Amino acid sequence: MRLTEDHHAFRASVRRFVDVEVNPHADEWEAAGRFPAHELFPKAAAIGLLGLEYDPEYGGEGADHSYQLVAAEELGRMDSAGVGMAIGVQSMMATPSLHRFGTPEQKREFLAPAIAGESVTSIAVTEPDTGSDVSRLRTRAVRDGDDWVITGRKMYITNGTQADWVCLLARTSDEGGHKGMSQIIVPTDRPGFGVSRTLDKLGNRSSDTAELVLDEVRVPVANTIGEIGRGFQQQMEQFIIERMFAAYSTVGTCDKALERTRAFVHERSVFGGPLASKQYVTFRLAELQAQVELLRSHNLAVCEAYEAGEDITRLASVAKLTAGRLVREVADTCLQFHGGMGYLEETWTARLYRDVRLASIGGGADEVMLQVLARLDGLPA
Amino acid sequence: MNIVVCVKYVPDAQSERGFDASDNTTDRENVDGLLSELDEYAVEEALKLVEAGEGEVTVLTIGPEQAADAVKKALQMGADKGVHVSDAAISGSDAPATSLVLAEAIRKIGGADLVLTGMASTDGSMSVVPAMLAERLGLPQVTFASELTVDGDTVTIRRDGDAASETITASLPALVSVTDQINEPRYPSFKGIMAAKKKPVERWSLADLGIDSSQVGLGAAWTKVEDVTKRPPRQQGTIVPDEGDGGARLAEFLASQKFI
Repeated sequence: MRLTEDHHAFRASVRRFVDVEVNPHADEWEAAGRFPAHELFPKAAAIGLLGLEYDPEYGGEGADHSYQLVAAEELGRMDSAGVGMAIGVQSMMATPSLHRFGTPEQKREFLAPAIAGESVTSIAVTEPDTGSDVSRLRTRAVRDGDDWVITGRKMYITNGTQADWVCLLARTSDEGGHKGMSQIIVPTDRPGFGVSRTLDKLGNRSSDTAELVLDEVRVPVANTIGEIGRGFQQQMEQFIIERMFAAYSTVGTCDKALERTRAFVHERSVFGGPLASKQYVTFRLAELQAQVELLRSHNLAVCEAYEAGEDITRLASVAKLTAGRLVREVADTCLQFHGGMGYLEETWTARLYRDVRLASIGGGADEVMLQVLARLDGLPA
Repeated sequence: MNIVVCVKYVPDAQSERGFDASDNTTDRENVDGLLSELDEYAVEEALKLVEAGEGEVTVLTIGPEQAADAVKKALQMGADKGVHVSDAAISGSDAPATSLVLAEAIRKIGGADLVLTGMASTDGSMSVVPAMLAERLGLPQVTFASELTVDGDTVTIRRDGDAASETITASLPALVSVTDQINEPRYPSFKGIMAAKKKPVERWSLADLGIDSSQVGLGAAWTKVEDVTKRPPRQQGTIVPDEGDGGARLAEFLASQKFI
């Protein structure tokens, strides 16, 4: 699939948004361990970033998925990965199920303010004892008349301290395993809902990632997204979209890191000449850029298949696995070519190196991607 | 209130800019161009005025085929319609000829309550076209506005100088040039990009404006660039290790260059 002039124009706008609204504040937000989501999100919404693929009736843009790809690539170029991730959570992780399976009332109450950037949202699936293995999830919603009464804990929740509502996955029956789960919209101002702690992370430090506690939180059963008992299946579809965001944004991250390193090796003088005169250095950078181009092409294939309504489990899992590994290699190499300077926190390479470690863990670890792919290949996994 | 914003398509300052070797005019063929950043402030100010009241914003440019991109960008930002004056004879025009074409185009548009321009182009950087255009249209010339308000049929601006800030009032219609301090230009939203595709853009030649080609172009220019020399590459700087006398050596350097 080919991108058009309109895509390029939108890309320029997103880049400007990142350059004007995010990058000048990146150091401050990294140091603070959070960014002001309620101030930034309306600005992101103003250019359409938070509802690109969503129904215009709820404030969405009605764009096709390819614009999401362009947006994610540009968000990947941010100097503060935590902010890009937070926007990704709002637009591609916490809201897709609501858009696809939600009722008009739910969309008016919860989706429209999220698209407008007035509400901040989180996706609350992972628990302290269950990471990628969602089948072991323990948070329970017990029905009491027209309400769910929810008790449990959720871990690694992006936007956790600032969220106005979370898209929560909970057990709503005793069936166990993958069965009997439901996706429930939980407003964070309900009694019994609390943030037990914010998490001190290696990277993505501008993101207020938190652990949440729900102690008999009461929400209407009408807040259930889609079908009661189909939460796991709906969440698996939502996870696929999350994988696409990870893969798309990685291309932007790699592009920018390699651009900056190419400029650096021209300027940096060693042993009587620019670092760029060393063939090992230039070949290595060319080699990595070549791999980025392959990922970019693959992402376009993912995008096209998704637009065509095909099952993209394999394509998206390949993209996520490849992206996580590639961006770590790129960050490592860029730091290496900056030498001692690259190891300093004052150089961009240090933050990038810390940030990208998450790429092989969040949104389904590399091993989960491999498990998915092995199973698709008919292997026991 | 109907506003005409004059914008220019300029070579991107981020790319390698140069001159056309055949006539020493700006090379506009071999370089990426864009809507002059300084004109974005004028577009933004026009949009704010119209959004706060009523009327429409027409964006006007002169330039080759690619200059349509500058119009498109302004339409994506929210302007209502565009006019692109393009004619091979215009190539090489200087500021007086440019102001002539702009003036005739504004007359053909039907005039405006307010004509807005940027403070300068980012390529020529002369800042004279607004003054010349105001003169040709017989409008009050109110330049370098860092604030602008319209009240009834008057426009009031603030002009910041080195020693003082002046408040200047003029009757409408008027021409105002705005500085880069006046606002923060918006960037096109997805909706803006899509909407721009349906907005009307008129394409006019010199004949449409009743201008004879002898009045414009390189031949009619009042000045001529005789020679162009490329700026020499930057010299390698001197690194002075601080051995306790860094401050003194820095002062010595600054004094030797007459900075202090």
